[in-house]
Amino acid sequence: MAEPILVLEGLCKAYGALTVTDNLSMAVQAGSIHALIGPNGAGKTTLIGQVSGQIAPDAGRIRFAGRDVTDLPMHARCRRGLARSFQITTILPRFTALENVAVAAQAHDGHSFRFLRPAAAEARLNDAAMQALETVGLGDRAAIRAGALSHGEKRQLEIAIALVMKPTLLLLDEPMAGTGHEESERLVATLEALRGSLTILLVEHDMDAVFALADRISVLVYGRVIAEGAPDEIRADPEVRSAYLGEEGAP
Amino acid sequence: MTATLVAVQVLNGLQLGVLLFLVAAGLTLVFGVMDFINLAHGVQYMLGAYLAVSFYGLTGNFFAALVLALLAALAFGLLLEFLVFRHLYDRDHLDQVLATFGVILFLNEGVRIVWGAAPLSYPIPALLGGTIPLMEGFGYPIYRVAMILAGLATAVLLWVVVTRTRVGMLVRAGATNPRMVSALGVNIRRLFMIVFGFGAMLAGFAGVMAGPILSVEPGMGDGVLILAFVVIVIGGIGSIRGAFVAALLIGLVDTLGRSFMTDIFKAFLAPAAANQVGPAIASMLIYLLMAGVLFFRPSGLFPAAGR
Amino acid sequence: MSAPTAEPAGSTGVRWSVPLVLLVLLAAVPAVANAADMGFVTSLATRIMIYAIAAVSLDLILGYGAMVSFGHAAFVGIGAYAVGIASAHDQWNAAVTFPVAIVAAGAFALLTGAISLRTRGVYFIMITLAFGQMAYFTASSLSDYGGDDGLTMWGRSELFGTTPFEDDTAFYYVVLGCLAGCFLFARAVVGSRFGRVIAGVRENRLRMQAVGFNPYVYQLVAYAIAGMMAGLAGALLANHAEFVSPSYMAWQRSGELIIMVVLGGMGTLHGAILGAIAYLTLEEVLSHWTEHWRVIFGPLLILVVLYARGGLGRLIGRSGGDG
Repeated sequence: MAEPILVLEGLCKAYGALTVTDNLSMAVQAGSIHALIGPNGAGKTTLIGQVSGQIAPDAGRIRFAGRDVTDLPMHARCRRGLARSFQITTILPRFTALENVAVAAQAHDGHSFRFLRPAAAEARLNDAAMQALETVGLGDRAAIRAGALSHGEKRQLEIAIALVMKPTLLLLDEPMAGTGHEESERLVATLEALRGSLTILLVEHDMDAVFALADRISVLVYGRVIAEGAPDEIRADPEVRSAYLGEEGAP
Repeated sequence: MTATLVAVQVLNGLQLGVLLFLVAAGLTLVFGVMDFINLAHGVQYMLGAYLAVSFYGLTGNFFAALVLALLAALAFGLLLEFLVFRHLYDRDHLDQVLATFGVILFLNEGVRIVWGAAPLSYPIPALLGGTIPLMEGFGYPIYRVAMILAGLATAVLLWVVVTRTRVGMLVRAGATNPRMVSALGVNIRRLFMIVFGFGAMLAGFAGVMAGPILSVEPGMGDGVLILAFVVIVIGGIGSIRGAFVAALLIGLVDTLGRSFMTDIFKAFLAPAAANQVGPAIASMLIYLLMAGVLFFRPSGLFPAAGR
Repeated sequence: MSAPTAEPAGSTGVRWSVPLVLLVLLAAVPAVANAADMGFVTSLATRIMIYAIAAVSLDLILGYGAMVSFGHAAFVGIGAYAVGIASAHDQWNAAVTFPVAIVAAGAFALLTGAISLRTRGVYFIMITLAFGQMAYFTASSLSDYGGDDGLTMWGRSELFGTTPFEDDTAFYYVVLGCLAGCFLFARAVVGSRFGRVIAGVRENRLRMQAVGFNPYVYQLVAYAIAGMMAGLAGALLANHAEFVSPSYMAWQRSGELIIMVVLGGMGTLHGAILGAIAYLTLEEVLSHWTEHWRVIFGPLLILVVLYARGGLGRLIGRSGGDG
């Protein structure tokens, strides 16, 4: 088997006396959809933050696509093909939906020290952005200011921003949070269509979505992986049931 | 002689330092608790001095003038809070900068109309006149020593208030986590008013003390304001301890730099060049210090936790 | 397809019609002033346009980049001093002094920006303020060049032996040309890839990092560009007054530049020009009326901030709704 695209080795992170990531090691196989589940406060978002480079771990190493990226800042990891969506919607509110995506495309298309030519007239950026918007079903909302989109649409916009960067690893932090049933189904279909073309590390509370999509599931409790395996194994694992699934109701 | 000169300049530096601390303390508290940038804090220092001029004219007694000026400074600070500042707490920093800049323009000019543009003064109280002999035939003014002691006493008082009282606890909590304090059901508006009035009074106190040794004139608060900014940026915004350390540091570095920088440069430059470079570097010194501190610690020496 | 811009400004019509009308009106000033026998108006308008250049440069980083620089007057002053000091050494050629002024101001911006931009929010405001004061005190201590009192220049710059700056009307059009050039350049920048990154960082720094930009580098370059443009304004200011003084760098000047930008409406560029016209005209009118005009202007400013935020630009057809 090829080397996993993402390898975490002995990651530790504490805020004061509170240990959020406790000597955590795990690996994500290239091309898979790997779900990360766990109760609130298990340290899922902190872990995503460390992988993306927003948060520096206290100890441990992060290897991405065969290289140690532990000391790289977020923007540098992004340039190596690591994209993320945020749990709390993080968009550019006064930009249009199209511009939100086009500026992300711009980051991966040549350099941005161009001062005179209007960026809005660059067909290549706009086309790529439009395509990403259509992929997530926002094609007809391209000209709307992002701040004026509905909550669900903003979540979709986040996915479009991540997709336009053509990442090799996509980190999704609760992409379904606060979205309606219909929007969730559309998002599951969108991610299903991407299967195989890139690797996805998915943090999600919506168990229907997780078990529909994931090739592999890791269960995080108090900053530690207590179980990992295929969806069926996780479903059957008694420790997982008592620690986590029990409190949310087994699917 | 040189040792005496150094001693004198160190004392002068401490005296500038405590003055800066009194101004910076209010500034850093107001900022730490309310996230409010108050450019008008310098004119409150100026106003303290002008009020002392008038009250001295009325009473002929320094200490009576001091007490009256402090009360008036407190009242004026509360009035400003009521009229202008409280409408700005939930605005962005740019709005706060502009509106408090407007307050500066108004008060600097208002002072010129009421008291005239010429520098004013009032005498050092007889009780604190005279000098303390440092060396044979060389003394240091008692008044300046008294200023240093008064400043240190205020610092101790402030430290006790902030660390030992309920209001102080709220102030500290507010500097760390403002949302939590309002969630606790504390009357945040009243806390703001107390902190604000107290800060205005401290700045006024500094102005009253500075009056007899500096000239009282329009715009005298502007330079002090900028120095106080440098102090709280170096000390870490919201931190009383940081303000204290940084104020003394700035007072000493600035005073000693201006006194000795030219001589230091004469050691390895031609005298003419040293006379050029020395004063220029001396006047830049505290800003270079600030740049250096921020380069290594972007939130100052004692950053308030959680910010 | 033609996407709408990332700028907070209103419709395309306003974005071009207002500045166009402004420039046409400004171009007519000397003729009208001469006809009415009011030559001082031309001089006042020249000063206004010079400050408008500085205000446009500030709007570039303040309005589009949300960098509240409180030391902008230092760049103007450095540009002015470059020309003044050169004149003291008998160097009058604008082809030499103007580039030096622009590069010197840009270098100062690059150096101080490299430190200031490591900080955010109020720290940034106070640090830029402090660096501005540093420049001010340094200029005051230049005893060879007038120190506190400033330095009188015995004439205006030349250009390869010709003297386009000597005649007040000719100089007026030189300044107008510079203003138009700076405005067009700034407008191009805010619509460019670079400008989009700057505006994106204003909107959400984390998002821009997460798509692969290093905000620090872009902000620093923008800061240096603004510094250079302000340096040009300073070089023109020195020629206009035939005098340079530390007071050009006083922090009150920096405050006034912010007032101009906000008064005219941030993030529109032409608002900065409107703001410069409004502020300096108001100052002129009020100070004719009373020497204590600041007593009136101060409360006026407070009222504008409290009740009329958005500036003149909003009155002339900004779409509004955000800000």
